[in-house]
Amino acid sequence: MTCLPAHTDKKLGLVIDLDTCVGCQACVTACKEWNTGGHMAPLTDIDPYGGHVDGVWFNRVHSYEHTTEMGGRTVNFPRSCLHCETPACVTVCPTGASYKRASDGIVLIDEDKCIGCKLCSWACPYGAREFDTDVGVMKKCTLCVDRIYNDNLAEEDRVPACVAACPTSARHFGDLGDPQSAVSQLVAERGGVDLMPELGYHPTNKYLPPRAHTQRAASVPAKALEPVRAEGGFLGWVDRMLSN
Amino acid sequence: MHPAFSVVFFTTATGAGYGLLALLGVLGGFQVVPPDFWLGFVGLGLALGLIAAGLLSSTGHLGRPERAWRAFSQWRSSWLSREGVSSVITFIPAALFGLGWVFFGRTSGWVAVAGLLAAIGAVVTVCTTGMIYASLKPIAQWHSRYTLPAYLLFAAMTGSVLLNALLQGFGVGSIPVLLLSLLATLAGWGWKVATWRHNDGLEIPTTANTATGLAGGTVRSLEWPHTEENYLLKEMGFRIARKHSAKLRMLTQALAFALPVLLLAATFASSWPYAAVPSGLAAIIQFAGMLVERWLFFAEAKHTVTLYYGR
Repeated sequence: MTCLPAHTDKKLGLVIDLDTCVGCQACVTACKEWNTGGHMAPLTDIDPYGGHVDGVWFNRVHSYEHTTEMGGRTVNFPRSCLHCETPACVTVCPTGASYKRASDGIVLIDEDKCIGCKLCSWACPYGAREFDTDVGVMKKCTLCVDRIYNDNLAEEDRVPACVAACPTSARHFGDLGDPQSAVSQLVAERGGVDLMPELGYHPTNKYLPPRAHTQRAASVPAKALEPVRAEGGFLGWVDRMLSN
Repeated sequence: MHPAFSVVFFTTATGAGYGLLALLGVLGGFQVVPPDFWLGFVGLGLALGLIAAGLLSSTGHLGRPERAWRAFSQWRSSWLSREGVSSVITFIPAALFGLGWVFFGRTSGWVAVAGLLAAIGAVVTVCTTGMIYASLKPIAQWHSRYTLPAYLLFAAMTGSVLLNALLQGFGVGSIPVLLLSLLATLAGWGWKVATWRHNDGLEIPTTANTATGLAGGTVRSLEWPHTEENYLLKEMGFRIARKHSAKLRMLTQALAFALPVLLLAATFASSWPYAAVPSGLAAIIQFAGMLVERWLFFAEAKHTVTLYYGR
């Protein structure tokens, strides 16, 4: 049923640190690599070596220039399913293919029931769902549901592929419904935010804003480069002689 | 939003079809129009034909049309499912009504009841269609109090203009129906202009700042995650119409409203068989105009995901 569960035992999700994300795309490729053989496989690529490359990805990293009165900076911004508490993508589904799990809050698609009407992708404000034109069904992030409960993996590997791949630990995985969990503490400490809170989807995933600007960098400037124009005096004469 | 022709045609055709069905159901049921064989045969045939063609066209939009039957299951939460259910249920009284009118030559008694039930079903179905769009929060132009009345009004408008054309064509022209079609077209025109004015003045709280969680200042897209257009941009980043929006709005106003108003006014001044010509033209031109209107309805709608792409 596409009605939402009144309560989920856990609220599994990601916390993404926009301060430390370097935009290396490792999470993107790790996600694609795992999931093209995982629960929602395949993550089809259309014309992968041609001029009009297209394909299904669950995780995309944008880069933005954020300019405030404090100055400007580049912010790398990974975008994927936020596993919302009130996901309209689920309730609009006419077939029951989309559902939110009562046990852990993960939003999933039953591919065998999806008719490919694309309405769920219209209902998602975050662009988390991508249509697979080859298979004719909608696809989305599974929070690596086939990794996080996978007894065949070592305990430390039971995290989403994107989290495992992140070289700067900008991605954290855990239960955001438990205020004592490491991710909840991190969100509280760093002032984690919801994306588009005004739309009322109550995303589970949180984003940690970049830390405030400091003046530290400006107080220890590098030494000015030496001028390249010809100097006068003895050294200038030496320079000219040697340059000839 | 990308205006898929299957969906543009679907909403335009079913709107006109359900409008015509509802009017035939009510006016036939209350004996306002005569139970003429050819009027019933062509009128109900046209109404149900438009509905069926629209519904079939909408399945062309599906990635897996063979599973379309599953869409009847989630009526408790999904407006799309409710639309599917009510459209199919409406066929039952509509078919009985057609049977009574065309084969038994009567529109009274149980046939009248079937006609009224078909009319209720038609109105409910148009409401569910409108709500599919009106319920989508990421698209501010659709998630507005203008959307649902527009669907109802345009169904009444195209349905009444079609009915008037049929009545004039069969030489049983009715001044109340002609007047209704004229007033509905004027009302539709006013509503569309008001909707455009509302949309142009929209102050959307969702910005690139709230989309990225970066408070204050400006957020400018520096680099996309991909070099080519992906599904999101193809489906929701449609931009062509915004460039030509003013011209297309004029075209919509001319075809869907202004010309039909003039032609319907001309119908007042003429009698059968000549009155059939402007009435028929009004219906055909208005249908073309509503296709442009619906195309624009999609093309001008801006989805919040475009904020991530700096569009």
